[in-house]
Amino acid sequence: MHNGYVVPAIVAVTLATLGIGFYGLRLARTTSDFLVASRTVSPTWNAAAIGGEYLSAASFLGVAGLILKYGVDVLWYPVGFAAGYLALLLFVAAPLRRSGAFTLPDFCELRLGSRRLRTLATVFVIFIGWLYLVPQLQGAGLTLATVTGSPYPVGALVVAGVITANVALGGMRAVTFVQAFQYWLKLTALAVPAIFLILQWQADGRPAVTPPDGPAFRTATTVVVEHRATLTLGDGGIREVRPGDRLDFAAGDPVPQVSGTATDAADWLLPNVAGDDDRGLFATYSLILATFLGTMGLPHVLVRFYTNPDGAAARRTTLVVLALVGAFYLLPTLYGVLGRIYTPQLLVAGQTDAVVVLLPGAALGDGPTGRLLAALVSAGAFAAFLSTSSGLVTSVAGVISTDVLGHGSVRGFRLATLIAGGVPTVLALNVSGMDVSQVVGLAFAVAASSFCPLLVLGIWWRGLTDVGAAAGVLVGGGAAIGAVLLTVLGAPLTGWPATLTAQPAAWTVPLAFTVMVAVSVATRRRLPPGVGATMLRLHAPETLRL
Amino acid sequence: MPPAPRRTPADTPPAPPRRPAGTAPADGPAAVAPGRTRIVLAEVSRRDTGADRTRVELTQQTQVGEALVRGLVRAQLALALRLSLVVAIGLGGLPWLFAIAPSVGRVTAFGVNLPWLLLGVAAFPFLIAVGWAYVRLAERNEQDFTDLVQRPEC
Repeated sequence: MHNGYVVPAIVAVTLATLGIGFYGLRLARTTSDFLVASRTVSPTWNAAAIGGEYLSAASFLGVAGLILKYGVDVLWYPVGFAAGYLALLLFVAAPLRRSGAFTLPDFCELRLGSRRLRTLATVFVIFIGWLYLVPQLQGAGLTLATVTGSPYPVGALVVAGVITANVALGGMRAVTFVQAFQYWLKLTALAVPAIFLILQWQADGRPAVTPPDGPAFRTATTVVVEHRATLTLGDGGIREVRPGDRLDFAAGDPVPQVSGTATDAADWLLPNVAGDDDRGLFATYSLILATFLGTMGLPHVLVRFYTNPDGAAARRTTLVVLALVGAFYLLPTLYGVLGRIYTPQLLVAGQTDAVVVLLPGAALGDGPTGRLLAALVSAGAFAAFLSTSSGLVTSVAGVISTDVLGHGSVRGFRLATLIAGGVPTVLALNVSGMDVSQVVGLAFAVAASSFCPLLVLGIWWRGLTDVGAAAGVLVGGGAAIGAVLLTVLGAPLTGWPATLTAQPAAWTVPLAFTVMVAVSVATRRRLPPGVGATMLRLHAPETLRL
Repeated sequence: MPPAPRRTPADTPPAPPRRPAGTAPADGPAAVAPGRTRIVLAEVSRRDTGADRTRVELTQQTQVGEALVRGLVRAQLALALRLSLVVAIGLGGLPWLFAIAPSVGRVTAFGVNLPWLLLGVAAFPFLIAVGWAYVRLAERNEQDFTDLVQRPEC
């Protein structure tokens, strides 16, 4: 039953990644080549590389899966992931490039001159980086298990091994070429099958996404349940299912309603409505805040701005990234919607993250077209794991090599890469059952509550002090981390506590800003002496050559 | 903690800024040793005087220079805040609108419900348009600043 084209496609992507990596290795000679690509990357390449690095497993697989499951309310994920670049453009891009900072800890030291704050920022960079890496590796394991039937650890180990080797050997120069290639591969891998899917949908007589008498199975289907759930069957009966249960449905049978998903068509199709329960609205605004403001605090995103020649180029690059990322996010929605028609069994099985990979085969049948397109999509998914993980490992390794090991040499960077890639691999192998998109959303919330206020206030407000910055990062970021740990490891909560910890940004971001401003005002005597010169450097255009 | 601060490529500040010929170094009065005479072509020095004075004001953090930088920062921040307000109303108002006026969600265009069109499609061109406007306006602010520094009206 497994598609014979999938494994060659994944192997080809991996080999192409390594090949471009080694091509880059021939060009990488000095530490500067390794860390910042010697600043010779052109804006178009750079923008494609930023896009390639940014579109992770959560974007490629998770968004479509969420839309299949929850409907219109989760469209805020792709909108927010793209809008994050607008916030970055408006408040951070050009001044950050002009600061000359390569990483967030660098920025802290340049702006506030405090080594303690630098250490604190290092801890947060590593935490956010690893929090973001674990679900990527898990996604790789689950995808490979879905499409080839291999055991779960294989995919995680393959991706971790490839990226660690690639980053350790080629550094960022190599990664820039790899990432740019990955962006176009990911876009193609979703766009081409999408065209075939729409044509097929037309040929099938445009079946309704939300038919009046509920969704039905188009073909006879056997579902193997992956997650415990409560099903409400078509005849009104209620059935508890556990992992491993097999359910048989004939063609035309209604799809049972699954607990924990958008239960009926109207719920899926229409947005949250105000009423006695405002938790949905709170969660939506919290998600908007986390994704809009979290992007600027992700370590692998900021590193790239150093490769722009000047502040104006950084702004233009960010605008191109916004366009590239926006174009990409038109596609996952389509997969989620068509998945409602062609792969409703994923709802029952609790495997919605697999919709992108399985939809081409389900809609187009088992012929060569369906198989080839399924292989293309799997290759794109693999590209997503490889590129985001590479970017994260590069930035975490950069921080470890300069701030923890303290060498700044090529050898130190290679050792740091092993640490940066190894720890999340161990975690990914041992922690299972975490939801890819949810953990990624939590990483955004932590970034939005720690580095976003630090960057925005550091760039635009003269009054920020090192103590204020540290207090804001500790309180806001700490609260977000607490919420993350409670959600991932703690006992399941219900009602408002569950909403407040699952989507913490709406209270942790304002908290971080307030604490940072209040403590800075209280410690006004600690204002760094050269703040005027720093402001001039951050905001004056380079053409003045001051 | 190592005793001395480490210098890594990442830490190294950018190359020293270039100054046009005829400008006094901005590093402070000690930079020009006493007893040395600077010989500058009369025409060059006369032509650059105004602009150079402003540059020195900027780099030496005089009150005038400080005020110039504050003006630029304020202009750029006001621009960024205005455009974020556009996004906050244009996009941030949507969940609230859908919540208080459920009938908006049932409106369909091209057979698709309005929320799906707005969030799934229209949001992205909107974000790009705001970004494009920002890049244009921010570059104009910087051009104004550059003009002010290079052609002062004194």
